[in-house]
Amino acid sequence: MIGFLIQRVLQALMVVIAMSIIVFLGVYAIGNPIDVMIDPASDQALRAALIQRYGFDRPLIEQYFIFMNNMLHGDLGESFIYRLPVLNLILSRLPATLELALTAMMIATCLGIPLGLWAGYKPESLSAKAIMGFSVLGFSVPSFWVGLLLIMVFAVELGWLPSGGRGPTTEVLGMNLSITSLEGWSHILLPALNLALFKLGLLIRLTRAGTVEVMSSDYVRFARAQGLSEGKVVGLHVLKNISIPIVTVFGLELGSTLAFAVVTETVFNWPGMGKLIIDSITVLDRPVMVAYLILVVFLFVMINLVVDLIYGQLDPRIRVKAAS
Amino acid sequence: MSDAVLRVNNLQTQFQTRGGVLKAVDGVSFEVACGRILGLVGESGSGKSVTGYSILGLIEAPGKVAGGEIILNGKDITRLKGDAMRQVRGAQIAMVFQDPMMTLNPVLKIGTQMIAAVRAHAKVSRKAARVKARDALAKVGIPSPDERLEAYPHQLSGGMRQRVAIAIALLHSPAVIIADEPTTALDVSIQGQILAEVRRLADETGTAFVWVTHDLAVVSSLADDICVMYAGRVVESGPAADVIASPRHPYTAGLLASVPAEHEPGTKLPQVPGSTPSLANLPQGCAFAPRCAKAGPACTTTPPVQHFEGGRTALCHYPIEPVSCQPLSLTSTTYRSAS
Amino acid sequence: MSSSPALTLPAETTWSRFANFWSDFRQSPVAIAALIVVVVVVLMAILAPFVAPQDPYNQEALDLFDARLEPGETGSGGYVHWLGTDAAGRDIFSAILYGLRTSLIVGVMAGTLALVLGTTVGLIAAYYGGRVEALIMRVIDLQLSLPAILLALVLVALLGQGLMQLVAALVAAQYAYFARTTHGAASAERRKDYIEAALSTPLPARHVLFRHLLPNALPPLIVVATVQVANSIALEATLSFLGLGLPITQPSLGSLISNGFQFLLSGRYWISIYPGIALMLTVVAINLVGDQVRSVLNPRNSR
Repeated sequence: MIGFLIQRVLQALMVVIAMSIIVFLGVYAIGNPIDVMIDPASDQALRAALIQRYGFDRPLIEQYFIFMNNMLHGDLGESFIYRLPVLNLILSRLPATLELALTAMMIATCLGIPLGLWAGYKPESLSAKAIMGFSVLGFSVPSFWVGLLLIMVFAVELGWLPSGGRGPTTEVLGMNLSITSLEGWSHILLPALNLALFKLGLLIRLTRAGTVEVMSSDYVRFARAQGLSEGKVVGLHVLKNISIPIVTVFGLELGSTLAFAVVTETVFNWPGMGKLIIDSITVLDRPVMVAYLILVVFLFVMINLVVDLIYGQLDPRIRVKAAS
Repeated sequence: MSDAVLRVNNLQTQFQTRGGVLKAVDGVSFEVACGRILGLVGESGSGKSVTGYSILGLIEAPGKVAGGEIILNGKDITRLKGDAMRQVRGAQIAMVFQDPMMTLNPVLKIGTQMIAAVRAHAKVSRKAARVKARDALAKVGIPSPDERLEAYPHQLSGGMRQRVAIAIALLHSPAVIIADEPTTALDVSIQGQILAEVRRLADETGTAFVWVTHDLAVVSSLADDICVMYAGRVVESGPAADVIASPRHPYTAGLLASVPAEHEPGTKLPQVPGSTPSLANLPQGCAFAPRCAKAGPACTTTPPVQHFEGGRTALCHYPIEPVSCQPLSLTSTTYRSAS
Repeated sequence: MSSSPALTLPAETTWSRFANFWSDFRQSPVAIAALIVVVVVVLMAILAPFVAPQDPYNQEALDLFDARLEPGETGSGGYVHWLGTDAAGRDIFSAILYGLRTSLIVGVMAGTLALVLGTTVGLIAAYYGGRVEALIMRVIDLQLSLPAILLALVLVALLGQGLMQLVAALVAAQYAYFARTTHGAASAERRKDYIEAALSTPLPARHVLFRHLLPNALPPLIVVATVQVANSIALEATLSFLGLGLPITQPSLGSLISNGFQFLLSGRYWISIYPGIALMLTVVAINLVGDQVRSVLNPRNSR
């Protein structure tokens, strides 16, 4: 088990290092950042001073090591635009995005698993077909468009919910959260629903496929032959079996939800990391872009690692393989 | 036999398909008494497994039990539905399936699955259920049952898993256990151990077994009685030793002749020519007639059930005359009870 | 399942195979409806210059007097704006037709290039095996673990705006799906005995690649390609909506929707909603067709 853990952690580390190189080269080697920071027509002395200050005159490899060294000390550079340490800038936006992403995942799970179970338990029923039709819509319609529709219906036409922004927040454990107040909930509901739709479609499909497979298995037949109630068959056999792929996907999708928040945050004007990166891309604020990407990759790798470990706990067959 | 614990009478199980109605089981009747083992023999597609599932009410759409009656301990369970049937399954009648690799959930511990099975019918604590599960494992000859409860199915051998399945079937001391080819997927030596165990359990606990199989050698060494099925019908029945010694239906005779163990080495092994007909396209009258050497003009009409002495029947216009020689055994071992 | 079908089955012509495919495909009325929508959308896009009452690229044809007309009003051009006009006086219906054109061009171009690139990479990995395979597939897996939207976002940011840059970003974000699919199907085939046998003969490598490995990867590739064209269209629309795709002077469905977003809150829904409906219909229809192709090509996937 320990060997398995070490191996997985090393793998994760390699991925982060590889990605940092790619991202660094991608962002720094293409184009000249100095042109972005100052007016190209400004005087040469200022230019030289800035080049000196940011170390753009050194070889690329040296720049990379300085960058990595700084990163390990928690210094991801300074935003060209905001003139603030990038890490602080991103971390200050992180709670809003996390809150949004987690609420969306929660909505997707609470709706997706029961709907998928039902669609898989009675696959021929009309309700099951309606659920499946909905799931196709859920992951083929672009999410920004769904966001617009939600705004149009619930904010403009019905006037039930605000069209954007985050509303009042309360500080909990050093993080500003919306979900502590009713008004905060009214702000987060639409964006979270929007962000949840894709995952919802995915979860329904996944749960349905798993349920259909398990329900037709010999062990469910055997369990029925033992006189287990249908509730017990679903609760014990089906849930345990589909929990494995669902935990995996849940974990992996948490990462991509953070990334997809970019779109939802723009539509609903939600002040999270996604809004920050879009703004940074439009003004070519490279340090923010680099830091954001490395942070997201880091989050991804960490999530994958945790998912792998949970996966091993859930599936005894994997556990044995890892131990031997 | 009035002491029958399970009596199946004119059972009809049909499947609604695009091409019409398939009669997978067409008028099957048999009975088993306490502590007896009935061998239900037939090729794949003969309807023997469907018969087993029908008895437990496990036929799923588009299939349904269309007629006949199933009497368990004097009670008609044919029309039981939902929770009423659930309370019979596992408690009064249980089932063991063919492939022990597939019948236990790979991601649940043996203990978890057994405790669920105990608590499906007995309102007992988890702890009491566990004790009962452990005792059941011990009863089927599993060493160190406490450890096995903590194991996952893949940590046990195939034979061990099948013993676990039998232990689960035995949990509530059912009157009847239907075993659907339970030793087919196992090695021959393991198969022998399981058969001996089953014989012992039937004798000691009085549980009746319906042993569904295609393997005549297994039946000849285990079963007290035999039912041979062909295309959804019972074509021959009677005491196992008598049927094997002197088959009266040409199909049974053909099956017996093609068992290698009984055959003179070095000569060509006889076969039953042709193959099992499709249920969607059965010939008129006797379904076996196109493959039968003895078929005559009468065979285009439905054959009658002919009763012979010794409680034997055959579904044939031209049954084979009985031979009066020493009973042959297909295998050197026999698990049949001395009684 | 095991041997080459050509050995065991009577020779099948391409035509009879297609006829079989078609008779399975039309089992689903939903898929037929979706296919009709796809055909109509493609025709409208191709025929845009003849069908559209106005050329939205032509700045001079726009009249500010016609700005923000409601659907059904008649503008200064003397014809009815069935879907209304935007803030610059663009006829929404014409803009949608031209937008469809751009979106489909981007989607099909990105899909095709990603198909070629991804298939090549996947075949190379499956054919050579060993270290080459391990390295390529590592990179592919890593890329697949990152959401396409993120990669496309960064690439567009680096490459700048424009049609070609957009296509390049989409290809880079999506080729990995094709590579994984091809590799999966081809490497399963690669391990079979007859390929080992073929490799030990002096047959040229391309024979093995194109006669054996590629055909086995084709059915799943067709499915992935359909879905990826839809994904490319959706991704392009998303990027344009975020302001990183195409400018409004070169309208795609995404930039049209983005263009109308600010008017949505003031009740001028048509500027955004109609292009959005066109986008949704296109993407969902392609996906539904892809779904049906998937279930026809994969007999195990019975529904």
